[in-house]
Amino acid sequence: MNVIIVGCGRVGQTLAEKLNSDGNEVTVIDMSTDKVNETMELADVMGVVGNGATHTTLREAGIKSADLFIAVTNSDELNLLCCMIAKKEGDCKTIARLKSPEYSDEMEYIRTELGLAMVINPEYATAEEIARVLRFPSAIKIEPFAKGKVEIIKFKIPENSVLIGMSVKDLMIKHPSEVLVCTIERGDEAYIAKGDSVFQEKDVVSIVASPKNANDFFRKIRRKDPSVHSAMIIGGGAITHYLCEILEKSSISLKIIDRDESVCMELAEAFPKCSVICGKPTDKELLAEEGVASADAFLTLTNSDEENILLSLFAKEVNDGKLVTKIKRTDYDSVIKRLELDTVICPKNITADTIVRYVRSTKNTKGSNIETMYNIIEDKVEASEFIIKENSEIIGTPLSQLRFKPDVLVACITRADKVIIPRGNDVIMAGDAVVVVTKMLGLHDIVDVLR
Amino acid sequence: MNFGIIKRTVGWILLFEAAFFLVPLIAAAIYWEAEFFAFLICMGICAALGGLCLIGKPKSDKIYAKEGFVITALCWIVLSAFGALPFVLAGTIPNYIDALFETVSGFTTTGATVIDPEVGVESLPKCILMWRSFTHWVGGMGVLVFIMAFLPLSGARNMHIMKAESPGPTVGKLVPRVRKTAAILYGIYGVLTLVQIIMLLCGGMSLFDAINTAFATAGTGGFSVKNDGLIGYNSYIQIVVTVFMLIFSINFNSYYLLIRRKWKEVLTEEVKWFLIIVASAILAVTLNVFFTETVNAVGDKMSFGEALKHAAFSVASVVSTTGFATEDFNTWPVFSHIILVGMMFIGACAGSTGGGIKVSRLLLLGKSTSNEIGKMLHPKRVKRITMDGRAVDDEVVRSVYGYMIAYVIIFVASLAIISLDLGNLTHGDSGAFATGFTAVAATFNNIGPGFGAVGPTGSFTDFSWWSKLVFIFDMLAGRLEIFPMLILFAPMTWKKCA
Repeated sequence: MNVIIVGCGRVGQTLAEKLNSDGNEVTVIDMSTDKVNETMELADVMGVVGNGATHTTLREAGIKSADLFIAVTNSDELNLLCCMIAKKEGDCKTIARLKSPEYSDEMEYIRTELGLAMVINPEYATAEEIARVLRFPSAIKIEPFAKGKVEIIKFKIPENSVLIGMSVKDLMIKHPSEVLVCTIERGDEAYIAKGDSVFQEKDVVSIVASPKNANDFFRKIRRKDPSVHSAMIIGGGAITHYLCEILEKSSISLKIIDRDESVCMELAEAFPKCSVICGKPTDKELLAEEGVASADAFLTLTNSDEENILLSLFAKEVNDGKLVTKIKRTDYDSVIKRLELDTVICPKNITADTIVRYVRSTKNTKGSNIETMYNIIEDKVEASEFIIKENSEIIGTPLSQLRFKPDVLVACITRADKVIIPRGNDVIMAGDAVVVVTKMLGLHDIVDVLR
Repeated sequence: MNFGIIKRTVGWILLFEAAFFLVPLIAAAIYWEAEFFAFLICMGICAALGGLCLIGKPKSDKIYAKEGFVITALCWIVLSAFGALPFVLAGTIPNYIDALFETVSGFTTTGATVIDPEVGVESLPKCILMWRSFTHWVGGMGVLVFIMAFLPLSGARNMHIMKAESPGPTVGKLVPRVRKTAAILYGIYGVLTLVQIIMLLCGGMSLFDAINTAFATAGTGGFSVKNDGLIGYNSYIQIVVTVFMLIFSINFNSYYLLIRRKWKEVLTEEVKWFLIIVASAILAVTLNVFFTETVNAVGDKMSFGEALKHAAFSVASVVSTTGFATEDFNTWPVFSHIILVGMMFIGACAGSTGGGIKVSRLLLLGKSTSNEIGKMLHPKRVKRITMDGRAVDDEVVRSVYGYMIAYVIIFVASLAIISLDLGNLTHGDSGAFATGFTAVAATFNNIGPGFGAVGPTGSFTDFSWWSKLVFIFDMLAGRLEIFPMLILFAPMTWKKCA
């Protein structure tokens, strides 16, 4: 697939890298020569320096033969303009990033009226992900599949957990429930869970289950799961704005701290129920006064990675509640992982994943279509949801008789409204939505997992 | 420095060289020559050593600019060092340094030979001749680019290798992927070579001669399979070779644009200037040769048509840095000599298989000089250097300055060293300077023949071993555009964290 990306910022670069390694021919456009060169160092892509809203630049980048056009510059209006001109110049699908809250209510209107294939709002997507985690604080990360009927939930095994020393098989015998253990992450290693895999302390485990069954499961393994009633949010940016919108109707009481008075005024006006504090978030006294130690959840969403990490580390010391840290840069991932910061959220990855997912799903394959795709463990393990077509080779054979490649797990089958956690004698049928967890990245068809 | 990946790439180079030996092997099998075994042994050595280097996975596959330069320089040295073995084993060129000179001259598409003109190349086995020509073909477009087209090396960072190996101040991609870009370049190269072989066959050349001549032309090399070069062939063949020498010295990007039917972009500023330079040089030499009533090889006065044909051939041969000859231009008037020496330095276009300073560099230097003049007249004037309507990055202009300075220093230093050797040469005092100067120019610019003792009918065989080493360095430095070779030998490169 030929893809053109306008804007080589953080999201643009991540996208270029991911789409390129996914086997697409990528061309990037940016006004800054340095940015373009930087992107060409990162990924095997072609660079064009110029304004992505001019048709001369677009033609130079090969808009005529492009299949997909993505505008992710810093300006919403420029993104829309780029997409409109690209649409006029070439016959391609267009995706625009719109981040301003002003457009958030108009997204659907803009999408249909301007003929865009997709409008993405990284900040809104991030807020949604945070909200999911707040509803279920034991999890580090929750990703919905099959239109929300199934979730992949990632959690860390705490000290003194009953799971420690238990194998996956034992777990199923002692605490039978409709869940499936998918992956186990230990340090830098990632494993696809097998029956004899044994849990250890500090392992990060991911399971597939329906939301209700997941609740049961966590009750069974006696994991204390205090629901979040109060949350303290540091930083009043767009994510905070959206998060307030999403959580407004819930029972969670929110406290927002930001140093900018005008930001505080806006938030206070838009969300009268939230308490908005104007002050320096790095002021330890202020945090103590506002009750950092007693909040059920502590969210750091400022614009500075360093500040977010530092504050989260401080909160971890004084409070054992839920922690959510937003970071922009992923270069020092390994260091951040070692800090054990609970949930770490990276908007650029969320955006890039959404688009990569879209690109994969538009590539039509013979026997099945990718519906959603999700990185369980970044660059190591992926979960993909396939919709099985009538002519797929996989139909009709019991799972135990199919010859799978190593490190493949059929995690879940959704048939009509029923969620099936598959066992050996289950059979895949046409029209099923099947979630496959695998170490093979970039699957396009479900038969790729067969030998 | 990532030694793992360097070792790995060297391993691949050796394996590919083993594969390259298949070409002379086939020739040896067809002509039933005993040298078959020499090539077979060399193939075994390369395959074994290459396989050894590939054992173990490098810790990281990251290639930064530094690794790119070192890999390129090292690979070319390794390639030549092992490519020289068949000459020694077959007994054609028993001295290893001579053999190395011949191989480096082949891969760098220089075409300077150490085969004694008294002995002549026609007495050599066919498979050896085939190997010489084939080194031209592989070296022309670049070995690493060739490997890149076939192997999935490590993606984005490969650009550093391509930049180090491709001639010219800047290298751009044709399509998003490096690998596909490399494949397209080799595709164009292969097709053009094939067309030339067919056209030569139409002129009544034997298949063996046609393949060898086409390889030597495509790489702008200049090794010939006949003692008298192309003199013995008919005018049609000489004209075909003239045209193809020029074709192979034009930037290959232009051909890609031609295929993509972007007519307006094909004639870049560089190509335009290249054609202007070639046309005016041909005209000047033709008129000079014609009006001074120079005699041809047979001893008759040249007609205008004949003068034009030989002038065009010689200019194309020198400017494309091929080095074929249809006439011994040693006997031409001095003005023609000067023009030809000028062409030696100008060289071909960037992104072609030719050598020399490259037209685009000279164009940038000319523009930058005119800017300087403008600045002196109007000190506050702001002006940027542009090429094809785009502003040229200051970095690029600066790198061209750096290149020119390094070029001059290496040139003068080489000339000084080999001048110690000139007394041994037969031509005596009068021709010594011309011989020495053009010998360095002909190797450094990857042309082949110069004037005097190293003229089209001469050879480099009489130089001492240390002069030959200097020439070997010059040829490699010339082909790789100096810096990879300098970086390889700079102590700074090998220091940790420096």
